[in-house]
Amino acid sequence: MTMNDKVQPTGRAASAPSPRRRFLKDAAGVAGGAGLLALGAGMYAKQASALPAAAIRPPGALPEDDFLAACVRCGLCVRDCPYKTLKLAELGDSVATGTPYFAARAIPCEMCEDIPCVVACPTGALDRSLTDIGQAKMGLAVLIDQENCLNFLGLRCDVCYRVCPVIDKAITLERIHNPRSDRHAMLLPTVHSEYCTGCGKCEKACVLPGESAIKVLPIKLAQGSKAEHYLRGWEEKEAAGRSLIGDQVELPVRGLEDKAYGDTRVKPGEGPQAPEYKPAQLGSGGLDSGWKP
Amino acid sequence: MSAHPSASAAPERRVPPTSVRGAAQRGVVARPGREAVEAKGWLRAHKWLLLRRASQLGILALFLVGPWLGWWIVKGNLSSSLTLGVLPLTDPFLVAQQIVAGHWPYREALLGAGIVLAFYLLFGGRLFCAWVCPVNLVTDAATWLRRRLGLKGGKAPAGATRYWLLGFVLVSAAATGALAWEWVNPVSMFHRGLIFGFGLAWGIVGGIFFYDLLIAPRGWCGHLCPQGAFYALLGRAAVVKVSADKRSACNDCMDCFAVCPEPQVIRPALKGVGQDHPLILDADCTTCGRCVDVCGKDVFRITTRFNRSES
Repeated sequence: MTMNDKVQPTGRAASAPSPRRRFLKDAAGVAGGAGLLALGAGMYAKQASALPAAAIRPPGALPEDDFLAACVRCGLCVRDCPYKTLKLAELGDSVATGTPYFAARAIPCEMCEDIPCVVACPTGALDRSLTDIGQAKMGLAVLIDQENCLNFLGLRCDVCYRVCPVIDKAITLERIHNPRSDRHAMLLPTVHSEYCTGCGKCEKACVLPGESAIKVLPIKLAQGSKAEHYLRGWEEKEAAGRSLIGDQVELPVRGLEDKAYGDTRVKPGEGPQAPEYKPAQLGSGGLDSGWKP
Repeated sequence: MSAHPSASAAPERRVPPTSVRGAAQRGVVARPGREAVEAKGWLRAHKWLLLRRASQLGILALFLVGPWLGWWIVKGNLSSSLTLGVLPLTDPFLVAQQIVAGHWPYREALLGAGIVLAFYLLFGGRLFCAWVCPVNLVTDAATWLRRRLGLKGGKAPAGATRYWLLGFVLVSAAATGALAWEWVNPVSMFHRGLIFGFGLAWGIVGGIFFYDLLIAPRGWCGHLCPQGAFYALLGRAAVVKVSADKRSACNDCMDCFAVCPEPQVIRPALKGVGQDHPLILDADCTTCGRCVDVCGKDVFRITTRFNRSES
C-alpha cells in the first residue's frame, strides 16, 4: 500500500484515494472478515464431525463423510420413524447439529420391513438402494464387557441372543468349557459381522443395571481391518478343493504308527511313556484343575 | 418529484436527511409511524406488519401443530419439508451447497428446491427474509428494543459482507465436502430448534439478538446473513416490488428510513437518485411493507415491477 502511494500515476490529490483503491481496500477488509468467519465455521465443522461411539446413524446412512454433505437436517426421517427411535442432534450433543441418530440403549431400531426413514429422506443421505433391512449396517454389536456379562460368568442369561432379530446368525451362543467350575459349559454370545445390522436390540435388552455389556459401535470402531496378505489356508483349500501347497510328507511318530496322521491323542498308557510318569491322584475335593481366570 | 421541500428540513440536522446515516440518527430519536397512526388509524398503520407476523407465525404454526397436536400438515423444517404427504419443499441454498460439496440429491429434494426457487425468483427473493424466516422476529425485536432504548451508534460491517460470506459458505462446502455452514447457520438452527428441540442453539439465537441490539444495528439480517444474500440474488428479476408512487407527497419525515431494514434501497426510488421511476428495484429490499405502514402520506405501496406509474 505504501509503495503504491508513491507511484500514483494520475494527477489526483494524494489525500483522496481513487474510488478503485477505496473499493479494493473495502473489499479486502470485508472479504477478509467474511473469509475468517467462514473458515472458523469450516474448521469447527471439521472438528465437530467426529461421530461419538454411542450415536448410531439410521439404516442406509451414507458413510459419515458423504452423509455430512447429503443430510440437510430436515428431520423427515425422524418424523416417519414409528418407534421414535431417531432424533435430531441438538447443538451441544457432540453429534453434528441437526443430523439424525439414535442411542441404542435408549430406543433401538425396530428394523421395520418397509424402512420408512429411508423412504422419507429427500436427499439420499439415507440410501434408497437399501430395500432389505436385513442388509442394513448401522453399526456392529460388540460384547464389550466380558467381566460383567452374565453368560461369561457361566450363567444362562442369553437375553441379547434371544432378542436379536437375526437370531442364530447375527448372534450365536458358542459353547465352551467353563474352566472355573471345570464341569460346566459357558455359552458365549458371539456376534457375526456378516449378519449383524447394528439395530441395537441386544444393547437395549442387556439385563445389566446401567451400561450394557453388549454395545453397538460404528463399524469403523468395532472392526479391525482384514489382513489381506494373510491367506487363510483352510478357506483357500475349500475354495480350491485341495491344498494349495500340495501333499505334505508324512513322517511317522514313534509309538503312534497305527493312528491317522496328525492324531496325537493318546489313552493313559498308550504311546511313548516317560519312565517316571504317574497320573495325578484325585483328592477328596473332587476335580480341580487349579486354573483361575 | 424533484421537489425537495427544504422548508421541512429541521435546521439542527447536520447530515442530509435522505442519507442512511441521517435516517439512523433520526430513527433513534423518533418514534416512526406516529404520524401514520394519526392519519390512518392504528390498524392501517400496522397492516403489513400484522400480515407479516401472521405469515411468519402461521408458517411456524404449520410446522408445530404436527409435533404438538399430531396434525401432520407439514413435516420437517425449512431446510426440507413435506406438506400433506405430497408437496416437497427444499431450501435451494442448501441444495446448492450440497451440489458444491459433491452430493447430487434425490429427485424430491431437487423438485422441492425447484419449486421454492421458482417462487422466490418470480415473487421476490427476500420475501423469505421478511415473511418466512423466524430469525426476522428476533432481529426485529432487537431493532425495536434498540430504538426504544435509544441506543445509538454501533458498528455494522459493510453491507456487502453477506455476499462475500455467501461465497465463502460455498467455498467451505466444496473444501470440506460437507454442509459446513449448517453447523453454525442460525437461520436453520433457530427454526429446527423450535420444532425439534434447541440444545445450546439458544446461545446462537441470543447471540444474534444481542449483536443486533448492542453492536450492529440490523447487523445480522442486513449485513451478514448469507442465506438472505442468496435469496436477494434470486430476487433480482422478481415481480413484487414496493413503489414510492406518491413520492411527490413526501414531507421528509424520515419515518420510512427509520423503520426500513435496508434503508439504502429507499433513496433511489423516493428521491429519484439515479433512476426516474419510483420502483424500489434493489434486490436487498425485503418487501416487508413497513415503509407503506409508517408513511402518513401514503407515499408507498406494494405493486409489481411493471407498474412504473406515479401519481
